[in-house]
Amino acid sequence: MKNNNQPLSQSVFEGAFGLLSGFAMTLRHLFRKPITEPYPEFKRQLPERTRATIILTRDPDGDERCVACYLCSGVCPVNCISMQSAERSDGRRHAAWFRINFARCIYCGFCEEACPTLAIQLTPHFETCQKDILKLLYEKEDLLVDHGGKNNDYNFYRHAGVAMLGDKGSHIGEEKPSDIRTLMP
Amino acid sequence: MSAEWILGVVLLIIKLGAALLTLLLGAAYLVLAERKLLARMQIRIGPNRAGPFGLLQPIADMIKMMTKEDLTPRDADRVIFRYAPAVSAATAILIFAVVPFGDSLTLWGKRIPLVITDLNVGLLAVLGLSSLGVYGVALGGWASHSKYSLLGVIRGVAQMISYELSLGLSLVPIVMMAGSFSLVDIVAAQAKYPFIFLQPVSFAVFFLSAMAEIKRIPFDLPEAENELIAGYHTEYSGLRFGLFFLGEYVTLVTLGALTAVFFLGGWHGPFLPGIIWLLFKIAAVAFGMIWIRGTLPRFRSDQLMNMGWKFLTPLALVNIIITGAALLVLKN
Repeated sequence: MKNNNQPLSQSVFEGAFGLLSGFAMTLRHLFRKPITEPYPEFKRQLPERTRATIILTRDPDGDERCVACYLCSGVCPVNCISMQSAERSDGRRHAAWFRINFARCIYCGFCEEACPTLAIQLTPHFETCQKDILKLLYEKEDLLVDHGGKNNDYNFYRHAGVAMLGDKGSHIGEEKPSDIRTLMP
Repeated sequence: MSAEWILGVVLLIIKLGAALLTLLLGAAYLVLAERKLLARMQIRIGPNRAGPFGLLQPIADMIKMMTKEDLTPRDADRVIFRYAPAVSAATAILIFAVVPFGDSLTLWGKRIPLVITDLNVGLLAVLGLSSLGVYGVALGGWASHSKYSLLGVIRGVAQMISYELSLGLSLVPIVMMAGSFSLVDIVAAQAKYPFIFLQPVSFAVFFLSAMAEIKRIPFDLPEAENELIAGYHTEYSGLRFGLFFLGEYVTLVTLGALTAVFFLGGWHGPFLPGIIWLLFKIAAVAFGMIWIRGTLPRFRSDQLMNMGWKFLTPLALVNIIITGAALLVLKN
């Protein structure tokens, strides 16, 4: 009725139509199939990069990737990661023990971003509820998996971290040392 | 004491028990029906975990409410706070006492009217009780000593008093046509055809006012969730909140029954027994209210007052005059 240019009959008709079309819509929806996916029966395939439970991956040779650098533990905003670094006889660093408190973890993924060796990764698996909160304390054995996670080919120790065994230029991605004599003018 | 008298008391208690049980169960399952229907209108599934199709959900809700902690705010007026929900629930349940739910039965040569009490001022009792229901809201919200409750109460009382008027006025033509305040007589007057065909305007006014009276969407300003948390029952928990909730849905059932009694011919209907017809009509009214809830958004406070005072009340008054004139013409 705000619009005075309109005849009353038209505004009444429009108002009634607007009201009734809403009712028709809800009635039509009443007989539609619900779009709900009931959760425990229907499990949606989550995207690969969904951030949930954390794993510790292995490199292609089957060794642990983790070098116990404490970067994940340092970046963790809720301090849920703790570990003790150790060194193997061949000079390779690893975590003597590694513990994640999933009761505290907020699944922010900072640890994964901080990790220099792709060792710590988040997976889409999220169904970890426990009635006893202490069961959410995951030790290294619980976290370690037998695969490389999102990248199966990467091997940190091929690139860095151990003393070079071969000659100069034999390393992955390393160029042959140039002979300085050939550079002379 | 004669055997006759004792039999009467026993019959009354049986009727009371049956009506109360049906009413409470009906209210409980109406909640489920509402949740289910609303869900389907929003293309969801609704409660389906407790029992098959969620049929045990009302029982589960009841257990939940009974076992929850009963909180009283520190600054609340304790006595009033504790008894306000009872007012709300009791007035809602009491209205059903005057609703006839069938033709009189004849058992062992005795006539048993299927109504708990056939008051000759039944309609006034209905209006009076529904006015008393305002006290449950007003006292409960006031005693909570909370700003949300207070705002809810102010809105609720204003709304309920405003719509009380048009609710009462919309029923005057019915009384004029039936010539009686008794609900049994009003139903009897509709043996041939229900009053909705003669009084569609009155029906519309009654239906709208009734919805406002029981504070349902789109008239749910007293408990507007997004503004007032829960309005007048914000501070209530456990069984006391349950009583408010129960009162609301019992009123919904009762108003369905009253709509059926005043406009849809009560228990009259072909083929089926009267009680079935009454239940069917109650369900139809309830479905209408749920449908409206699923469709319309909430009114603004001023729109609500405008509609009550400037539209519904004058309309009901004009309707009374027209009905009176028509009755006078027809009589001569």
